Amino acid sequence: MASSEQTSGEYIKHHLQNMTFGQHPDGSWGMAHSAAEAKEMGFMAIHVDTMFWSISLGIFFLWLFRKAAKGADSGVPGGLQNFVEMMIDFIDNSVRGSFTGKNPLVAPMALTVFVWVFLMNFMDLIPVDWIPSTVAWLGATLFGADPHHVYFRVVPSTDPNATFGMALSVFALMLFYSIKVKGVGGFSGELTLQPFSSSNKIVMLLFIPINFLLEFVSLIAKPLSLSLRLFGNMYAGEMIFILIAIMYSAGIGLGLFGGILQLGWAIFHILIVTLQAFIFMTLTIVYMDMAHSEH
Amino acid sequence: MNINLTLIGQSITFFVFVWFCMKFIWPPLTNALHERKKRIADGLAAAERGQHEQKLAQERATETLRDSKTQAGDIINQSQKRASEIIEEAKSDSRTEGERLLNAARAEIEQEVNRAREELRKQVATLALTGAGKVLEREIDEATHSKLLDELAKQIQAG
Repeated sequence: MASSEQTSGEYIKHHLQNMTFGQHPDGSWGMAHSAAEAKEMGFMAIHVDTMFWSISLGIFFLWLFRKAAKGADSGVPGGLQNFVEMMIDFIDNSVRGSFTGKNPLVAPMALTVFVWVFLMNFMDLIPVDWIPSTVAWLGATLFGADPHHVYFRVVPSTDPNATFGMALSVFALMLFYSIKVKGVGGFSGELTLQPFSSSNKIVMLLFIPINFLLEFVSLIAKPLSLSLRLFGNMYAGEMIFILIAIMYSAGIGLGLFGGILQLGWAIFHILIVTLQAFIFMTLTIVYMDMAHSEH
Repeated sequence: MNINLTLIGQSITFFVFVWFCMKFIWPPLTNALHERKKRIADGLAAAERGQHEQKLAQERATETLRDSKTQAGDIINQSQKRASEIIEEAKSDSRTEGERLLNAARAEIEQEVNRAREELRKQVATLALTGAGKVLEREIDEATHSKLLDELAKQIQAG
């Protein structure tokens, strides 16, 4: 719902601005009151909404699964137990299917990634104005802030910081295990001695920079594609929800049409939400497998 | 869309969550799953074993039943044979006993007859003697006459 004082453009921009806490250019720390202020803060700022929701959802996941893990025994499982075991089985099968090495980290990481990313994506299905309006009202009532300058984004996976943060963590683990399993020599060999190779030493020397260029690009592409795929899908989904929400302020006819559109898009989005979480998990497993397998 | 500290915050969160999951969630759950798998497998194996044992027991039972049936038949046959034997024996025993009793009775009767005959002879002799004494009266030498009569009696006896 766009309020009468906002244009559609302002409404969209307002929805796409994170609640940012950081260091102002003058050195003091505080909330950013506009997109420009947030930009001026540069790197020394943190998105409070992204961190709040990702940590809350992560803790919710850990709490739920920990509860099931505490009560886990070999007897007849109850409802929660059944659900959690189904998830574990599903993840375990995925890991067995794609990961050939031996590492106790990979399966729990895949589980965490899948459920966490799913929950973060799932926030997209909550109507776009509910939580931001509530937070704006709370901010205005409790802190006397101008509700138009209280920014709040609910879906952490539409924040590239969140997706890059996870993708870079996976990438760091990938580099760590590549070097741990293959050694520095083996890993650098993988980067330089293929795909082109020759028995002639001089030709091989010529091939090395070409190989490195190709392999380096493909290596860098992994975290980039991993994070941008998730970010892009969720950002686009959120954008469409926001665009549909604008229709609610354009009369009853368009509002009803918007309602139907939102319902349809939400139903379709359930698929995207799950699929993106699954893809993120599968790629994480595949990258870890690459790190563990020798060529 | 600014890249800022959130990136690092998210990475730290990621590692903490993965670590927690790896330490406190994954192992107990997979252990429970493995244990249940094992229990189910054990249960199935036990059931199969039980079925096998039941089959064996049934076979044993039918075999025992067959054995006992033949044994019972043997026993019945034997006892029937024995019974008829006993009856036969009893029959022959009673027959011989009867014959023996008959013989004894016959012998006794003969003895009795003999005794009666003796008695009769003696009485006849006495009668004859008395008659003769009455007839003769006077022939007094009783001793010689009795000797004579004894001889006569002996002769009769012998005859």
